[in-house]
Amino acid sequence: MSSPLIQVTDLHKFFPLASQGIFSRVKGDNKAVNGLSFTINEGETLGLVGESGCGKSTVGRTILKLYEPTSGSITFEGEDITKYSNSKMKPLRTKMQMIFQDPYSSLNPRHTIGSIIAASYEIQDITPDGGVKKAVQELMERVGLNPEHYNRYPHEFSGGQRQRIGIARALAMKPKFIVCDEPVSALDVSIQAQVINLLADLRDDFGLSYLFIAHDLSVVQHISDRVAVMYLGKIVELAPVESLYKEPHHPYTKALLSAVPLPDPVLEEKREQIVLTGDLPNPANPPSGCVFNTRCWKAKEACFTTEPTLLQVGSSQVACHFPE
Amino acid sequence: MTLLKVENLCVDFPTPDGLVAAVHDTSFEISPGETLAIVGESGSGKTVTNLALMGLIPLRTANVTGSAKFESHDGPVDLLAMNRNDLRKYRGRDMAMIFQDPMSSLHPFYTIGDQIIEAHQIHNKVDIKVSRDRAIELLEMVGIQGAATRIKSFPHQFSGGMRQRVMIAMALVNNPALLIADEPTTALDVTVQAQIMKLLSDLQKELKMAMILITHDMGVVAGAADRVNVMYAGRIVESANVRDLYANPLMPYTQGLLASVPRMDRPHTERLSAIPGQPPSMIALPTGCSFNPRCGRKSEVGASKCESQMPDLTTRGNQHFARCFIGEGA
Repeated sequence: MSSPLIQVTDLHKFFPLASQGIFSRVKGDNKAVNGLSFTINEGETLGLVGESGCGKSTVGRTILKLYEPTSGSITFEGEDITKYSNSKMKPLRTKMQMIFQDPYSSLNPRHTIGSIIAASYEIQDITPDGGVKKAVQELMERVGLNPEHYNRYPHEFSGGQRQRIGIARALAMKPKFIVCDEPVSALDVSIQAQVINLLADLRDDFGLSYLFIAHDLSVVQHISDRVAVMYLGKIVELAPVESLYKEPHHPYTKALLSAVPLPDPVLEEKREQIVLTGDLPNPANPPSGCVFNTRCWKAKEACFTTEPTLLQVGSSQVACHFPE
Repeated sequence: MTLLKVENLCVDFPTPDGLVAAVHDTSFEISPGETLAIVGESGSGKTVTNLALMGLIPLRTANVTGSAKFESHDGPVDLLAMNRNDLRKYRGRDMAMIFQDPMSSLHPFYTIGDQIIEAHQIHNKVDIKVSRDRAIELLEMVGIQGAATRIKSFPHQFSGGMRQRVMIAMALVNNPALLIADEPTTALDVTVQAQIMKLLSDLQKELKMAMILITHDMGVVAGAADRVNVMYAGRIVESANVRDLYANPLMPYTQGLLASVPRMDRPHTERLSAIPGQPPSMIALPTGCSFNPRCGRKSEVGASKCESQMPDLTTRGNQHFARCFIGEGA
């Protein structure tokens, strides 16, 4: 197999916490991403799931160099982009794009959607064949918008349509890789399905790769080839989608899957649920040993002293001393 | 016995662009201990229905008509016919509400103890110490550890799930007969959602409280509800017992809604069947059945009928009601 499109090795992203006093400069770090390694192959969709605050959005933004990584390396098409400056990143941005969670705040309300979608042509100084307007209208048609609405403003569209505008904008540069950060969580269920189908079609048509960040496990299962489960800045399990959902190995994955309600009252009654107690610990001060030990029902002594590393269990990679 | 019987509830908002019929001719009832789920897309009228019952819609902005007969602590009353000042005697005591966003529904300047104690003091002429003990008791009941000290904390010192627990404690402080939970878990993570739903169902059993659960999550409904009302564009389009509804949805909108949910128990390669189109604008509703522009089964009864007439909510036996020409009178 060819080399992966994206290779992330031991990625860290810490956010310094504000100081409380004149003499101390930095109180500590919010360890949002704490040692992550994974690859994404061409045409592949990697799902990234976890609770809010586990660092999944930070991963997406750091890969695109919207945040400067603290340490570790990011390679895109064999090119190490970790230390690239903004100007060096600019030509690469045509190949890497992002779709944001909130279709209400990610579109400038004072710009027409035509100019929103066309912005990247202008920034990159590219004139597509047949002119910008034609290219934009083709994109609008492709994502299921009426091309005649070229001159309308974002407020004239519903949430689902706005998300389509965001998708068209991401597609304008014919990217290879798109980070989808919770692209459907702000949408109604019936609209959610439309957008998921659209994303799947576009992936197949244009050979796109996605990093698909979401907290909804059933949505992630639907679109992903492989899934990474994050907890407190670390990947605790990384596996092909079938095996992750069929036989989760990490206790956290198991608990997360068991918490998802099934849309069927008969199955719901039988569902065995592992209710996790407590909340996510503070990422500035993660527990020593395994990060999940404060909520894990299987935690033994080893879990409090040594940190587990990602090890191969069957087709999955699991970071647990006592995998299921 | 019926705890609450709502009949012909209509809520209209006059706007410069025309009249928005947010809730149209809605009737339903709920018995003590029962959980009624109201599902539908945003803008379908599920929240407005319940705000109207709680008397939380400003009358200068809306016309609210219909009746809501409620068994309160001092006999049957009509929540909609009552003077708004009189309603305060019942609101927070016989019926209480939890809101969707636990981040913004607590007052940031007051400790959570103050806020819970206030809710108790308004309805009970007791010493403040009694109210404080009651607040601590409730915080313990909803699973907040160290309640006696946490009572002095401010909302920002709690996480989202904990704040929702505080909201629940506050709603339950006067032992309400009816709890309205408006998207209680939408803003929360799935693991915390599981905790809160379990807490609500345990408390409901313990206190024999009726609950109206507003949500758009078909999974949450399947696990928690006894009965389900499906709303679309301000109207109830289907109403049934939870098992019936999932096993045998009759209205094409309900069918579409259930089919469009990605399911972990199905092969992931299966393509989702989405409902085409967008929810209608509430100002310019389509003529005939509001769902007809998105409906794929119009031809079964003749499209012109669906496009010109609004079907009635009719019984299909076994407490199952649907608003659709398909299968009507069969």
